[in-house]
Parts: sequence; structure tokens; C-alpha cells
Amino acid sequence: MTHVLEVRNLRISFPSGPGRVYPVDGVSFWLDRGETLALVGESGCGKSLTSLALLQLVPAPGRIEEGSVVRLADTDVLALRGEALRRIRGRRIGMIFQDPMTSLNPVFTVGDQIIEGILAHFRIPRAEARDRALGLLQEVGIPDPVERLKAYPHQLSGGMRQRVMIAIALAAEPEILVADEPTTALDVTVQAQILEVLDRLRTSRGMAVLLITHDLGIVAGRADRVAVMYAGQIIEEAPTEQLFANPSHPYTQGLFASVPRISGPLRRLTPIRGTVPAPSAWPTGCRFRPRCPKAFDKSEQEPPLLSVGVDHRMRCWLAESPGGRASG
Amino acid sequence: MADPLLSVRDLKKYYNAGGVFSRAAPPVRAVDGVSFEVGRGETLALVGESGCGKSSVGRTVLRLQEPTSGQALFEGVEIFSLDRPALRALRRRMQIIFQDPYSSLNPRMTVGAAVAEGLEIHRLAPRQEIPARVAALLREVGLDPDYARRYPHEFSGGQRQRIGIARALAVQPAFIVCDEPVSALDVSVQAQVLNLLSDLQQQRGLSYLFIAHDLAVVRQIAHRIAVMYLGHIVEQGVTDQVLSNPRHPYTVALLSAVPEPDPAADRARIVLRGDLPSPSNPPPGCPFHTRCFHPAKNERCRTEVPLLRPVAGTTAACHYAETTPQPAQAGAA
Repeated sequence: MTHVLEVRNLRISFPSGPGRVYPVDGVSFWLDRGETLALVGESGCGKSLTSLALLQLVPAPGRIEEGSVVRLADTDVLALRGEALRRIRGRRIGMIFQDPMTSLNPVFTVGDQIIEGILAHFRIPRAEARDRALGLLQEVGIPDPVERLKAYPHQLSGGMRQRVMIAIALAAEPEILVADEPTTALDVTVQAQILEVLDRLRTSRGMAVLLITHDLGIVAGRADRVAVMYAGQIIEEAPTEQLFANPSHPYTQGLFASVPRISGPLRRLTPIRGTVPAPSAWPTGCRFRPRCPKAFDKSEQEPPLLSVGVDHRMRCWLAESPGGRASG
Repeated sequence: MADPLLSVRDLKKYYNAGGVFSRAAPPVRAVDGVSFEVGRGETLALVGESGCGKSSVGRTVLRLQEPTSGQALFEGVEIFSLDRPALRALRRRMQIIFQDPYSSLNPRMTVGAAVAEGLEIHRLAPRQEIPARVAALLREVGLDPDYARRYPHEFSGGQRQRIGIARALAVQPAFIVCDEPVSALDVSVQAQVLNLLSDLQQQRGLSYLFIAHDLAVVRQIAHRIAVMYLGHIVEQGVTDQVLSNPRHPYTVALLSAVPEPDPAADRARIVLRGDLPSPSNPPPGCPFHTRCFHPAKNERCRTEVPLLRPVAGTTAACHYAETTPQPAQAGAA
């Protein structure tokens, strides 16, 4: 079976002083129809930049390096230019971002913006586009959709605006929805509403979702597979249940030990020492080495992704040790 | 509570809306009659979603904003009637740390000068001793004393929050308002700062009013929790009790919305309908009734404001708190 989306050896560079830095450095993953892959990591790990590369939206002066592959079913996305690229953006890969207010135009009504999106992709009469817009607002759970079509973005709450953004993204009926921290700016009860909407749409439309988040809690409830990023690389990937049952990379283990829990025994948090280094200061060898409690001689060489179980791989030499993973 | 450090009674903070271009609109009732106490060495968490009034409570208690009405006793002194010189003396005892320490640090002032400022203003140390005091404070919050010569922009979010904490500690306060101090930080750094706040509390006997929206974070640091909704405290009690046996339906909804990092966790969720009502036009009766899922909800909820009352280990402002569905049951309903 071919994947809906396949990313291979994605590298993104930015000029830095006399040379270049690589905030995304050799990222590979795939997405199948109807599944959610979560890309998880802390600020500066390269997860958002990775998602922007899918549509060639990496901001200047960054560039996608030679040898990177983004394949959308039969299409080589990185080879597209101009009109051909425009037909992919939004139409086949839709995107929603953390802050809907900056993505919505404040001087047009919600209805105008959804209808404009529909007309950009489909040759249909405006009246029909309006009907579709109404249907979309209903689909994303906006009460009183006829009235809301006439509203301006500032008249809506944060949760309603994010629903409008989802409706706009869905208008083009994309095969893939990239959701970059879609609920980070929202309150928890609203977050729960939005995640429900996304889940429902994925099921009903068979859409593939790339969910970019820093929140392991969101991942647990919503993703089929997880890829954890650190310093520009995927450092661990596994089916969600497998990753949560058996986090193996010392960084992933560190993340789990840092997260406060709402239930279970109350214990002191165990933070990861230090902070994420800037791309210009990434160490040689294993990039987590300076912060890793389990670093050893071999960590001075850069590890590849090594198998630790069925569909479960990590970028750590400990995968080779007996037992197959860094215990506990 | 016997001899609390801070005791707040019926605090109200209304903001006037409208003005130059429009007729006066009804005021926004950000805080609408809130009472609580904070004990010595204790952390009380004020929890709620955007617009519930939790930050306004923190700011009025410090008199960074003037209250509309109410009383607040701090170490036996009525805060809301203090004149400016007395208020200045009080500020030595009460400090605040913010969500975004960067916007609260002067970018042109070195870290050392920022931390020293309080010592100088309140004349807490002779000039020649200040560098040593600053170095000790930086060390206490886990920073290299050499950072004193550097500027805020050179630091990461977690380090800036530590600088903000050192600055607050400089004047040896008894009480610190922590306004979402870890919500802008990555999880690994968030854990560092939460541990630091706990350690400082133990070493210095500090009291915190910890304002947050994240219940898992709050569980880690708070002795007691007050849940706010639309300017009211709707539930208040010991952390364990509130989290394990919530009695207000809003607390139940908040708890069930917390995404748990465990795929096997019981995913029974209550997804609240609709949006928060406007605080300038709050619903009559129980402020939560427009979104409440309690099966007993009736006419009384729409007309009669429920008062906080003791129920099964916590206090809750719900007419039917005894029969509030618990998270597991409510999700199934």
C-alpha cells in the first residue's frame, strides 16, 4: 500500500554566521489514510518547520536541502513550482495553526472567508459555495451557523475561531490535515471540544492528520503513532500505546518524568537537566548526550534509528544493549 | 483557619466598559464577591479558564489594581485602605512573578541590577554588600552568579523565570502571587521551575497564591485549590479532595478535560456545550447553569445564586452538590 504522504531525509537549513545550521536534519516519516501521526517535541526541536516544508512554506532565508523528499501519493511536492504548487496547498494538504486570529482576516466576515476558500478550489456558483460553508460550520460544531456566517472574527471566542479555521481548511477537502499546536492557545474545556471535532472529521472523511504538539496528554488520547523530535531529528517513533508503555529513549523518558499528572501517586517531578541547545550549538555524536543521564562512551558517535521493538525505533546506542532499551 | 497570612472577604473588581464612542455599557464583573484565606507556608491555587477573574484577584490583592469593594487583611493590616507610603512598605512583604518574565524585566538593565533593585529601593543592604546578596540570590534559584553582568535577552524562558523569582525573593517577601509562572515553559523546564518553587517555599516558609489553568500543575504544588468561574469561586478545598471527589459540576468538567498522558486512561470526557457567558452580562442564578450537565438542574439553578457550602470534604457552590456526577459517571451520561 502506498502512503498518503511520505517524507524522507528532510533537511532544512538557515544561514548562520559564515556557515549554515540545520534546524531540521534528516527527518523521515509517513502518513496513511485516516490515521493520526503526532510529532512531539519542545520549542526549537524543528517540528513546526518540518510541517511547513510539506507545502514549501519554509520562511526565507531558510531552504529545503537537496536530497529531501516529500511525496504526496504520486506527486513529488518539492519539485512543484507556481500554479502546480498552489493546487496542492490547502487543496490536498490543509493546515491549521495555533493562533486562529492571526490567520483570519479581521475585515471580512467568517462567511466571506470560507466561501473564498471554497471558490479558490472549486468552480461552483457562489450560492452553492455558501451552502457548503453552512454545512462546514455545522460539521465543526458551530451553533447557529446562519448567524455566524455574518460574524467578523473578533466577534467570536477563541474556540469558535479555531473551528472556523478548521472549516476553512476542510473546505478544500484535503487528504491531509496538518494541525500545528491547534489547541495550545485554548482553555482545556475548549481544547477538548476542538480535539473531538478533529477526531470526528478524521473518521468521517478518512483524512490523515499530522498533529504537531508539545503535550503528551493530547498525544495519548488522539494519535495512532508518535514521533518524538529533539534537536532537529526524530529520536523515537512507535505506535502510541507502545511508546507510552515503553518509552525507551532517555529524552522521551525524561519528558515523561517531567510531566505533572492529574492522577496516580504524587511524586516530585524529575526534570531533564539543562535546556535545549540552539541549532548552532548542537553537540557532535548523540545530540542529547550533554543532558543525558545515561550517556556512555559510544554516545560520542551519532546513533542512527535503531530497532527496540515491533515498529518501535530510537536514536540511541542503548538499543543495542541486552534488553534492547534503556531501562528506567 | 487560625491566623492566616492573608484573608480576603467579598472581593469585587468591576471594570467599566464603554466610554468615548459609546454609551456606558454595564461593567465587566471580573471578580464578583470572592473570599479566601492563605495560610503561612501554604499554597492556594486559583484555577480557572481565561476570563474567570483569577488574574484580577491576584492583582487587586497586591493593589496593582484597585478593588471595587471588599476587604483584605495581610499580617493583620487592611490592605485596601493603605496610603501610598504604607503600600510601599507592604510591597516588600508581597511580591509577584509573571507568566512571561521577559516582559517584566527591563531589557537595558543587567540581571544583577534587576535583582538588586528591590534591595536598593527598600534599603535592605549596604551598597557594598549588594553584589554578594545578588550572587547568593542567583545561586539560590539555580543560576550562575556570573550571570549578574548579562542582559535578559541572553537567557532562555526558564532562566528568565528564575531571574524573575530571584528578583521577587530579593526583598524577603512572606507572600508571592505566582501568575501562571510555568505555562509558557516547555515541560522539562516547567518541572525545574515547579521544583524550585516548592524548595523555596520549604526553605523560606513562603506563602503562594498560585494562579493557573493547568490542574495537573496545580496538583503538584498546591495545598488547597479554589476553582473560579465567571468571577466566582465555585469550589474550594484541600487539593486531594477537590481533585478526587469534586462537588461542583464545573470542576468535574475541568478535570475530565485534562488530557492524561496515558492511552489506557479512562477517556470518559464531558465536553461542555457552548462558550463562557459574558462577564458583563452574567446569567442570573448559578453562573454555570447555562452549561451545566447536572441531571438535577432545574428552575432553582436559573434563579437562585448558590452559596459556597461544605459538602463531602470540600466546599462547593452548587444547589445539588451532594449528587454531582463524578467524572467517570458523567462521561457516560
